[in-house]
Amino acid sequence: MNAAVQATKEPPTKVSVRSLDFYYGADRSLKNISLPLRTNKVTAFIGPSGCGKSTLLRVLNRMYDLYPGQRAEGEVLLDGENILDPAIDLNALRSRVGMIFQKPTPFPMSIYENIAFGIRLYEKLSRADMDARVEGALRGAALWDEVKDKLHTSGLGLSGGQQQRLCIARSVAVQPEVILFDEPCSALDPISTAKVEELIDELTHRYTIAIVTHNMQQAVRISDYTAFMYLGELVEFGETDDVFNKPKEKRTLDYITGRFG
Amino acid sequence: MFSIEPSPRSANGAGGEAGSDMSEVVLQQAAPLSVAADRTRVLSRLALVDSLFRQVTRAAAVIVLVILGGVIVSLVYGSWPAMKAFGFGFLFSQSWNPVTENFGALPAIYGTVMTSIIAMLIAVPVGLGIAIFLTELCPYVLRRPIGTAIELLAGIPSIIYGIWGLFVLAPFLQSHVQPALIAAFGDIPVFSTLFAGPPYGIGMLTAGFILAIMVLPFIASISRDVFETVPLVLKEAAWGIGATTWEVTRYVVIPYTRVGVIGGVMLGLGRALGETMAVTFVIGNAHKISGSLLAPGTTISATIANEFTEAVGDLYTSALIELGLILFFITFVVLAIARYMLMRIEQKSA
Repeated sequence: MNAAVQATKEPPTKVSVRSLDFYYGADRSLKNISLPLRTNKVTAFIGPSGCGKSTLLRVLNRMYDLYPGQRAEGEVLLDGENILDPAIDLNALRSRVGMIFQKPTPFPMSIYENIAFGIRLYEKLSRADMDARVEGALRGAALWDEVKDKLHTSGLGLSGGQQQRLCIARSVAVQPEVILFDEPCSALDPISTAKVEELIDELTHRYTIAIVTHNMQQAVRISDYTAFMYLGELVEFGETDDVFNKPKEKRTLDYITGRFG
Repeated sequence: MFSIEPSPRSANGAGGEAGSDMSEVVLQQAAPLSVAADRTRVLSRLALVDSLFRQVTRAAAVIVLVILGGVIVSLVYGSWPAMKAFGFGFLFSQSWNPVTENFGALPAIYGTVMTSIIAMLIAVPVGLGIAIFLTELCPYVLRRPIGTAIELLAGIPSIIYGIWGLFVLAPFLQSHVQPALIAAFGDIPVFSTLFAGPPYGIGMLTAGFILAIMVLPFIASISRDVFETVPLVLKEAAWGIGATTWEVTRYVVIPYTRVGVIGGVMLGLGRALGETMAVTFVIGNAHKISGSLLAPGTTISATIANEFTEAVGDLYTSALIELGLILFFITFVVLAIARYMLMRIEQKSA
């Protein structure tokens, strides 16, 4: 019933985090987190360093699973399916939930191959289809015009901002449903940052996006919803305008006005 | 004595006081000057030390070149009589007859190259497998023990490999592996030649096995070290688009570390080409080229080690030195090719 009421008001929920706890060994670094990621909306995670924003992101594609001693408890539903279920196919999950990192991470191969690599993991395409997909992904990341004449040179030769957009193109190419951005602009100059932000804005038409950022203005500029986290707890979650203009919690107000953190 | 005592004391006291007063005054006035003078003195001493340091390190570097040059010159000088006597034919002749003093290097060259090829065929895949397992798949608690064990393997003196090869590995191959190989490939062309003949135990294949075990630690531990240089976030990015561990390793880790891996393989190859003791034990020391890998053969270094003490004639000694020169040359070429490949890969990826 509640859901039905919400549905009239809110966009549908793509990912639903419910009572999530996360442990690094014995350290409990996420405490009873519950929040939704709305479909085709941008949700920003803000909070001081070490508050668990990145950890939460790494739960959403089970990246933590690669490391022993890290575990999550609770539920994370992606389209109603609990992705914390040990039986879930991690590779399939990660192809549905893409991730962009703080530092650009182009693979040690050509620009073209950087994109084609991910596609080839799941699909067998003819040369022409692959060319079209690669072009589409690069256009989608607003990178095509800059690299179309050097597709077969190394991706490592691009500038930092171009590399980051290449990584976004690579993520988009495997046609995920959710894209996680972990401080994607922290290593970029303002112009590249603006381009990436524009791109994120474009991407919301097709993808559900979660972004961790330390830049409050960035959160305001690009996000629809904002979650403020502090010491592993979710302090406040709501529409970005509300969180920044009339926060319910004093800690939120203190943080966004720069009184701590 | 009694009368003298007070006077130095008072003099001391007065002088001390006056001195301290004065020195304070002097210090206040001349402090910048004396500090500057001190600094100049210290700096000039440092400059001296610095230049001495530069000379010493440069001398160390020059010594390497001098030794390298000296080795080449003495190898050429020592092998001159053999070069004069046999010319280029030395490289292609199969005869090795100390009585008639007719020598040819071909069997030794063939043995050297062939045993090294066998060794690399075995050691490269196994070594890479070990490195991949250790960096990507191995449970954390086992990484250290296995890694250490591999490094210890590299520390075993080669004579021990020789003894073990002769008394343990060779009989085992003779009774179990070689008969099976002969039976399995008996009807297949080419392979029937490669694995023909009676199972001696010792021979080219056994030497190749021993060499493989000996170079394995180099390849495995260097590959592991370079695999560990791959940034975690790069691997996560690959996992993040849904790649499996195999795909991450094959398409991200190995391309990223290709240069280092090739370096490790070449280092292993260098060791395989020159390894003497263990090979001498198990290769059989026969100066002939046989189509079969099971047959005894010889390598350059094994020949030299075996025969140097018996080489009575000048020409005999000279022929052995020329073998050494050839080994030097082969190793040099291998390293040069490795450098060239690394250079090309770096250019391509830059």
